[in-house]
Amino acid sequence: MSSSKSSSGQHQLRVGDSPLVKGLLIGITLLLTAILLVVPLIAIFQQAFVEGAAHYFNSLVEADTLHAIGLTLVVAALTVPINLVFGVMLAWAVTRFEFPGRKILMTLMDIPFAVSPVVAGLLYLLLYGNNGWIGSWLYDQDIQLMFAWPGIVMVTVFVTCPFVARELIPLMQQQGREDEEAAVILGASGWQLFRRVTLPNIKWALIYGVILTNARAVGEFGAVSVVSGNIRGETNTLPLHVQLQYEDYQAAAAFASASLLAMIALLTLLLKAFIEWRQERSLKIEAEKERQVTQ
Amino acid sequence: MSILIENISKHFGQFQALSPLSLDINEGEMIGLLGPSGSGKTTLLRIIAGLEGTDTGRIKFGDRDVTNLHVRDRRVGFVFQNYALFRHMTVADNVAFGLEVLPRKERPSPTEIKTRVMHLLEMVQLEHLANRFPSQLSGGQKQRIALARALATQPEVLLLDEPFGALDAKVRKELRRWLRGLHDELGFTSVFVTHDQEEALELSDRVVVMSNGHIEQIDQPGALYASPNSRFVFDFLGNANVFDGKVENGKWHNQQANIVLPEGAEQKDGQLYIRSHEFFVSREPTAQANLPLRVIAINPIGAEVRLELTPIDWQSNDVWEIDLPHKAFDKNCFEKGQTLYVTPKAGYFFANDAQKPTLLSWEK
Repeated sequence: MSSSKSSSGQHQLRVGDSPLVKGLLIGITLLLTAILLVVPLIAIFQQAFVEGAAHYFNSLVEADTLHAIGLTLVVAALTVPINLVFGVMLAWAVTRFEFPGRKILMTLMDIPFAVSPVVAGLLYLLLYGNNGWIGSWLYDQDIQLMFAWPGIVMVTVFVTCPFVARELIPLMQQQGREDEEAAVILGASGWQLFRRVTLPNIKWALIYGVILTNARAVGEFGAVSVVSGNIRGETNTLPLHVQLQYEDYQAAAAFASASLLAMIALLTLLLKAFIEWRQERSLKIEAEKERQVTQ
Repeated sequence: MSILIENISKHFGQFQALSPLSLDINEGEMIGLLGPSGSGKTTLLRIIAGLEGTDTGRIKFGDRDVTNLHVRDRRVGFVFQNYALFRHMTVADNVAFGLEVLPRKERPSPTEIKTRVMHLLEMVQLEHLANRFPSQLSGGQKQRIALARALATQPEVLLLDEPFGALDAKVRKELRRWLRGLHDELGFTSVFVTHDQEEALELSDRVVVMSNGHIEQIDQPGALYASPNSRFVFDFLGNANVFDGKVENGKWHNQQANIVLPEGAEQKDGQLYIRSHEFFVSREPTAQANLPLRVIAINPIGAEVRLELTPIDWQSNDVWEIDLPHKAFDKNCFEKGQTLYVTPKAGYFFANDAQKPTLLSWEK
């Protein structure tokens, strides 16, 4: 009976549709997500509050912690605009112009993703440290980049530089240059073209790229730890501070600082989801309007 | 404004997109650039607009040499194939764009811009859509808004890239008539690109036929149709059947088929181009021609019936098409699979060694 039913096409199974496979895959995925992602996240907050809420807030307003928070925010506030401008320029250059080395540039752009951040930090140390190629000259001019906040900003810029460009390039390639050509024919200057045509077209992708850049700039550990010198209250960013506190056997304080980073991460994800939802909604509205017009 | 194009050439890498070519366009004229894809027609249009540079040559608008003038300063109107409307602006803002980016000194006041935009929207009969976004418009509406936007700055030259390419047949016909009316009323000089011969012949004052980066022929539509001057133009304008013949005893032969040479024809081998309506059709060969063909399709098209035919015991590269008035068709009641004989009344002969055709007629 049942076999005749399935052959009639009512319950034709597609490939991989067997209930066993389906259940197993979903089950394992959920289990791994819980073990690897959810439990540690909850643990951070649980550990942060293990000595009570008062202790939690006290450890956050400790001078060194406040300084680490401040430095982290300053680094992010400098990194994000730098990479915003650089990313837009890079995306514009590779999508709007043909030039020798364009393909190579698009590959080089991903180096910060491909290379370990520690290696990036070491390279900057080698170049800009007091004994480095450029650094020794700078030292003679009385400029110190490494083991100071400028070095931290430099490596953070390096590590986060692809995010904006990578969001923009596919979008700008897909949109093509016709809109821009139309604007220029109509008499728009370069700045008018960018502000009134290009920018509105790439707005959401740009915001998305900025959010990712910011998240990474705040959380970067490896490269920063190499060039910062870990001077407490001076060159310690929040991620470095977490490690320092933990090594000082101040576990609860370390987790309190870590919880701040976790909250920034959660906030970033929320923003990301919100923007994706906005984009999807505007697409849906457009499709709906188009459908109404054709009817 | 007249447009003078002198010895313009262009290559992209190894590809020669335009061989040096020259073209004079008179003030107020409507010129159609007609050719297959890759013929260089769009490149030529983009060079006139200033979107592409040239390797050699000059372009003049009236007395003004614009060869090295930036796109922005050429002040031409341009309508893109896919309209290129700004998707984040309303229809009114799209149309106003060209006015709003004018330097402050030349820019009209906001109220004046508003009045002019509404006037332009009235002109394209879409004033009720002023606050819509481009995604809410149909293809034909987008096309008209793109036109209104291009005309907002009152350019003296209007360039259109495949303006009706993406529209369905009925809308296309309407818009064509409407564009022609607008052109005649406002008196700008227009150049449009198309691969549709019907569109080029119907809309243009003169048609420029292009292939492989050079101009094949420039003529008024009537003259172009009456005397195509190359094999390419003949092939591209279509509706011609080709008989490839070797001359012998006063006849062109192709295997079992033959056509008697008319008076005054050169005794040479070559190709005879015969238009689809220049035939008699009969059930037996005639004294003038023996061209057996088999009917493979019968399509009633408007005032005529089109027969598609394949040669019997002779060679032709393409299916032959013959148009008959309904009366002649009804009298003969042809059916699919039937054999029939055709006799040309007039045709164009390209001798194998000749570039240009001679007009032949079998009728006295």
